Amino acid sequence: MRIPCPHCGPRGHDEFAYYGDAAVVRPDPARPDAERAFCNYVYLRDNPAGVHRELWYHAQGCQTWLVVERDTRTHVIGRVVEARGASASEEAAR
Amino acid sequence: MNADARTPQRARIPSGGLVDRARPLRFAFDGRPLEGYAGDTLASALVANDVRLVGRSFKYHRPRGLLSAGAEEPNALVELRGGVRREPNTRATVAELYDGLEALSQNRWPSLRHDLLAATRVLAPVFAAGFYYKTFMWPAAFWEKVYEPLIRRAAGLGRIATGPDPDGYEKAYAFCDVLVVGSGPAGLMAALTAARAGARVLLAEEDFRFGGRALAERRPIGERPGHVWADGIVAELAAMPNVRLMPRTTVFGSYDHGVFGAVERVNDHVAVPPEFEPRQRLWRVVSRRCVVATGAIERPLLFGDNDRPGVMLAGAARTYANRYAALAGRQVVVFTDNDDAWTTAADLAAAGATIAAVVDPRAAPSRSAGDGVPRLRGCVVRALGGRGLEAVEIRTTDGGTRRVDCDLLAMSGGWTPTLHLTSHQGARPRWDERLAAFVPDQLPPGMDVAGAANGERSTADALAAGVRAGRTAAEALGRRVASVALPSTPPESTAHEPLWRVPATAGKSFVDFQNDVATTDVELAEREGYRSVEHMKRYTTLGMATDQGKTANVNGLALLADRAGQSIGRTGITTFRPPYAPVAIGTLAGPHRGTDFKPLRLPAAHGWAVEQGAVLVETGAWLRASYFPRPGETDWLETVTREVTTTRTAVGVCDVSTLGKIDLQGGDAAEFLDRLYVNGWKTLAVGRARYGLMLREDGIVMDDGTVSRLGEQRYLVTTTTANAGPVYQHMQFCHQVLWPGLDVQFVSVSDQWAQYAIAGPRARDLLRAVVDPRHDLSNEAFPYMAAADVKLADGTRARLFRISFSGEFGYELAVPATAGERTVRRLIEAGAPLGVTAYGLEALGAMRIEKGHVTGNEINGQTTAHDLGFGRMLSTKKDFVGAVMARRAALTDPARPRLVGLAPVDCSERIGAGAHFVAVGAAARAENDEGFMTSAAFSPTLGHWIGLGLLTRGPERIGERVLAVDPLRGRETVVEVRDPVFVDPTGERLRV
Repeated sequence: MRIPCPHCGPRGHDEFAYYGDAAVVRPDPARPDAERAFCNYVYLRDNPAGVHRELWYHAQGCQTWLVVERDTRTHVIGRVVEARGASASEEAAR
Repeated sequence: MNADARTPQRARIPSGGLVDRARPLRFAFDGRPLEGYAGDTLASALVANDVRLVGRSFKYHRPRGLLSAGAEEPNALVELRGGVRREPNTRATVAELYDGLEALSQNRWPSLRHDLLAATRVLAPVFAAGFYYKTFMWPAAFWEKVYEPLIRRAAGLGRIATGPDPDGYEKAYAFCDVLVVGSGPAGLMAALTAARAGARVLLAEEDFRFGGRALAERRPIGERPGHVWADGIVAELAAMPNVRLMPRTTVFGSYDHGVFGAVERVNDHVAVPPEFEPRQRLWRVVSRRCVVATGAIERPLLFGDNDRPGVMLAGAARTYANRYAALAGRQVVVFTDNDDAWTTAADLAAAGATIAAVVDPRAAPSRSAGDGVPRLRGCVVRALGGRGLEAVEIRTTDGGTRRVDCDLLAMSGGWTPTLHLTSHQGARPRWDERLAAFVPDQLPPGMDVAGAANGERSTADALAAGVRAGRTAAEALGRRVASVALPSTPPESTAHEPLWRVPATAGKSFVDFQNDVATTDVELAEREGYRSVEHMKRYTTLGMATDQGKTANVNGLALLADRAGQSIGRTGITTFRPPYAPVAIGTLAGPHRGTDFKPLRLPAAHGWAVEQGAVLVETGAWLRASYFPRPGETDWLETVTREVTTTRTAVGVCDVSTLGKIDLQGGDAAEFLDRLYVNGWKTLAVGRARYGLMLREDGIVMDDGTVSRLGEQRYLVTTTTANAGPVYQHMQFCHQVLWPGLDVQFVSVSDQWAQYAIAGPRARDLLRAVVDPRHDLSNEAFPYMAAADVKLADGTRARLFRISFSGEFGYELAVPATAGERTVRRLIEAGAPLGVTAYGLEALGAMRIEKGHVTGNEINGQTTAHDLGFGRMLSTKKDFVGAVMARRAALTDPARPRLVGLAPVDCSERIGAGAHFVAVGAAARAENDEGFMTSAAFSPTLGHWIGLGLLTRGPERIGERVLAVDPLRGRETVVEVRDPVFVDPTGERLRV
């Protein structure tokens, strides 16, 4: 598999570390239901057949965390952007 | 030309062929000296020497000859080379002949001609489909003692070499615009078309010569012999700077996004590779477009004893005659259900053979083999002969039977496109009823397929398909393609009416020659309910082993479809997976073996440690000093005890450079640390260090270390050696994904700094001898947990930390890595009057266990801060990674196994890590398990063994006794539960 890194260009997937679903958002720890929210955040993941937005870390390259759109059926890679800015924290979302 | 009396090449055609008669090559088969020519394969040289028996079959030890002339060969598997270079299961058909080649036949005993185990033919019913699953079921004890050794002896392939492989293997990467796989007429035209348009083309060819089928046919291309035409194209390609030609290269796998795996046999065609050259090279090819032009593989016909030596695929017989000038038989019968094999009759006749008959069941073949060749409408029903074909029995359509003497039966059941690469990513091929073949259907993005691999069988079609594919590839890359003229070829008929099974045969009809799977096995599997192709494959083993059923699969499917009364298309085909052809494990390993298996990291002062006679140990990626034996010390424990005692009573120096070090800066650095660690950082003053603990988001401990504040906005974070990479990645995650708004920057400086622990009551004296005397090292000026930039007496800029992992009074001194070796030498030299010792990981481990400090043994991915006694460190005033999840009731349950110290009640007894705890008197069973010993060491300070462990409700049980059960070492020891800090529990040593 090849992933087009916005900084380094297309690179072999073995340069990257996979981290999973990019859609989950770290909850606000002050929420009244924080424990349940964090359980979902840490453990619950969808397993879609189709386009999946997921986090990859370009460990052997620019060390940027990326959000990669990948079709889980075909491995077709869509948009790849820096995770910074496409943030996954409620605080940042606020 | 073949006048050499010693080794007459009896079946060499006197002229023609693409062998170099001026370059004879000697070789040996089963010890018999023979001669071939440069340009031969081992198989063609065997044909030229009239060697017909080349192996024994897998299960029944039936005599076998060459079936094919290519990569699909199921029979002619040999052991190539000798000694440590012995390579079993090499296909003679793709082994390029070289001077001095030695090959041995396989799976025969005591010799190929007289194989006693051929008696298993009597046992044939035992070896029927599914024999593994049902024959040897009872008595159970017989399996290991009787059945398995028997089967292993009888059934098998070659012997592997038992010594280490002396040859080298490489890995390499190639990038191209267009990868063309195969250099037959389609592949050459595709490569030429794309290359002329300016694309960077990589042409990979399995064979040692480019040209594919054009080398094996008498049919002219562009009014020239096929090989002359091919040489012309190759010469043009070779002259283009944008083309890379790779002969002897098998593309074995197709992966996502245009990535391909290939093996280049760099030096398989010589006995011993030249110095500094690998035997094989594993390529990862990254391409933007790919043209698969891999041709097709001919199918056998299914009739009685169709595996006799002398029964050969018609196309292969033609290849041996036309390309290698080697005649596979003098008296020839051709048996075919298609027009193509009639060419074999014509070509072999032209080469001097007698065509005894062409047997074809079809009503009206559109071909004739020439004048005087008798054509029989009907089928060969049985091959006759033992170790070699003597005659065939033919049943004609009008009901008559006749016997025709022959020494070669050239058979053809049509051609199967070699579409493996189009299917490796999961695309299923489509059954084409008109072509009677599976053809590629959906292709992976960027891939095209041309020629016989796409069912385009005639040379003219293949040439045109190559141009089309080359044009498509180049245009997709945005290149303009000039028109490419198609070379002319004579008209060609490829008509075919598939004869899936010959009616009314006698004897075994083999479908899969390599696995000895006969038509009866497929039928039995179907009767027993194995009707899915995948089940049938596994039950009968059809399509398994080194050839993966290249000649067998479609025939097997056709049989299954016929039995099940459904179409072949509905029956489907088994999944194609890489590799297309066998790849040696050594090739996949490449240079990564022995000490090169993975990179080894050496601390800056490695040379010094070696010079000191240190015993080294691999810890993760690092090679570190374990202990430093001195003359007269005979036992590691004696050395370690001395190192600990000297450190605790005088001073010791230990290399701790492997710790992860991260330089963290920015206006929000303290806030960032607050979110990373369980404890708070905003109160840490400049020039001070603090211990920190970090969790994973699920509340489990991730790592620990110290953080020193070097300036207003600058911190130095340290991690454990093992977690240097993961913690850095985690910090990047926190910074980039979770809290991108924080003003922080950081970089790993692990490799930039060497660091040495200086521990013991005389550590300050030692430091004073090394550090610039202007620095005040008094306890008041530089107290416990102080951190500062210092200058050494020799001018080296350094950092000094008053921190201690050993629990002894001490410091850690960091210097630029380039100054590491010099500095440790200086420390040892300056420490000599103080009685300094260097100490290694063993002594460090013993001292940290004495002090109750945790490491990876305790921070093992399952323990919480509460488990390790750090529960009170968890701040309740701030958010940090893992804060919410760590509060879960189950993670703070006092009944969890928690950290304690342990010591044997009988001080002479030894304890070891891994022992499990049960109550004294309870049985050592899993249901009584109360935790386990995580670390253990002999404590020189206490004079007996001590340990750390995770014990259920541990801290509540100080003073109790439990049994430490260590079945691995055969020990059961009563131990007393202690506080984990054995030495200096109040920490007063650290603060003087």
